[in-house]
Amino acid sequence: MVKRMLSQAYLWLLLIMLYAPILIIVVFSFTESKVLGNWTGFSWKLYSSLFHTGAHHSLVNACLNTVAIALIAATVSTLLGSFAAIGIHHLRGGERKAVEFVNTIPILNGDIITGISLFLLFVSLGITQGFTTVVLAHITFCTPYVVLCVLPRLRQMNPNLYEAALDLGATPLQALRKVILPEMRPGMISGFLLSLTLSVDDFAVTVFTIGNQGLETLSTYIYADARKGGLTPELRPLSAIVFVVILVLLICMNRRDGKNKQLTR
Amino acid sequence: MSNLLERLFSSRKNWTLPYVLFAALFVVVPLLLIVVYAFTDDGGRLTLANFGKFFDHPEAVNTFIYSIGIAIITTIGCILLGYPAAWILSRSRSRYAQVLILLFILPMWVNVLIRTLATVALFDFCRLPLGEGALIFGMIYNFIPFMIFPIYNTLLKMDRSYIEAAEDLGANSTQVFWKVVLPLSMPGVVSGIMMVFMPTVSTFAIAELLTMNNIKLFGTTMQENINNSMWNYGAALSLIMLFLIAATSLFSSDGKGGSEKGGSLW
Repeated sequence: MVKRMLSQAYLWLLLIMLYAPILIIVVFSFTESKVLGNWTGFSWKLYSSLFHTGAHHSLVNACLNTVAIALIAATVSTLLGSFAAIGIHHLRGGERKAVEFVNTIPILNGDIITGISLFLLFVSLGITQGFTTVVLAHITFCTPYVVLCVLPRLRQMNPNLYEAALDLGATPLQALRKVILPEMRPGMISGFLLSLTLSVDDFAVTVFTIGNQGLETLSTYIYADARKGGLTPELRPLSAIVFVVILVLLICMNRRDGKNKQLTR
Repeated sequence: MSNLLERLFSSRKNWTLPYVLFAALFVVVPLLLIVVYAFTDDGGRLTLANFGKFFDHPEAVNTFIYSIGIAIITTIGCILLGYPAAWILSRSRSRYAQVLILLFILPMWVNVLIRTLATVALFDFCRLPLGEGALIFGMIYNFIPFMIFPIYNTLLKMDRSYIEAAEDLGANSTQVFWKVVLPLSMPGVVSGIMMVFMPTVSTFAIAELLTMNNIKLFGTTMQENINNSMWNYGAALSLIMLFLIAATSLFSSDGKGGSEKGGSLW
């Protein structure tokens, strides 16, 4: 009993440690002070100035860019990766090993190597870096994760199902849509969500591929801001909102999951 | 043309082609470019000078070794803090464990730089000095979820009857842990090490923010050189980092296939 309580206490202590910094941001989003950690009384001012375009227009722009890049990159990676996973599933021997090896390179490499190598590619090809190059770079490091999410689903699938569909008169395309796709879907969804997360959170690859045309994502904006010395105070309410939205989304997803599981039981 | 495409894609092996072409251009060619740039000078002549420059600069070599040291400490810290958490989670009721796991993932959705700056704020708030301690705390804070999940996954899949068998045969709980549980969860630990060590050894920006620019990691050195248009030297540094990464992944592939099976967060 004591052991059980101790172990639970340990888990929650660890969680408190993980949440302490975020909590500080949320708490200090309700005060006006320029410096994080300096409480000057309760105020909604930062929230209202975040939603009034003007001085912080560039921050909102950076946010929109981040979301746009993440959505495009995640969609393309999911399609490219799922398509590739079907192919890899049918490869054998050396070919398969080679493709799977190349697939793990961006995962193992570390963001900074991916960033620098792509930077050198765009420089050598004489491509001006901007929105497109960031999207291409994000597709490069997201697609391998999609492949890794989808492949196990295909492996678990009964191979006879596809044959059975063909025997029953389905065209290969119909069999793909009605048999293989539903089996792949959970993997594709996790791959898509994982890609979104990676893309939104990325800094190292973005900073090398974003060029100097004035394009900013949230990460590069914060980085530039932090280097100048002070964080734009509006970042606090912004992070707090993002955090709460994600918290609510996750709780909803989790409840729906739980219900589905109960139903199937 | 469309006929040709149809023939090409009728064999589903060929469905890999678009991705293979994409990966060739955006993964393989860029890596080769790093090698090319690393072994040439501004004028494109073959040279070893970039590597000579690295080994002649004690500062660069020291930064490199220091970065490896910080990454090792971070990884060990993550194992020591993360393993017990994964163990407790794997023994909890699955519904409860799922909720807790979500809670562990959640902070990762907040932008990594904001999290880092929040850590800085936390240290300021508690009146702790920024520096090495803050750096290690911040790194562990950022990467510990990547250690907990792979270990949790392997512990969950582990056959419980092994533990019972060991207990029936008279092993005490310490022996059960060292002789049964730990060896069986090694794939998870190895993939956790990969997922923590690799990113920490090559981070930049996080270190600058957590130490007020007082401590420089190798990633920062690489970025500074690229930013200052020293592409060849920057590429040489990248290649050195690449060797380190390759060496680490070789070490872990001895541990057998953990990174694929245990690595998923989902």
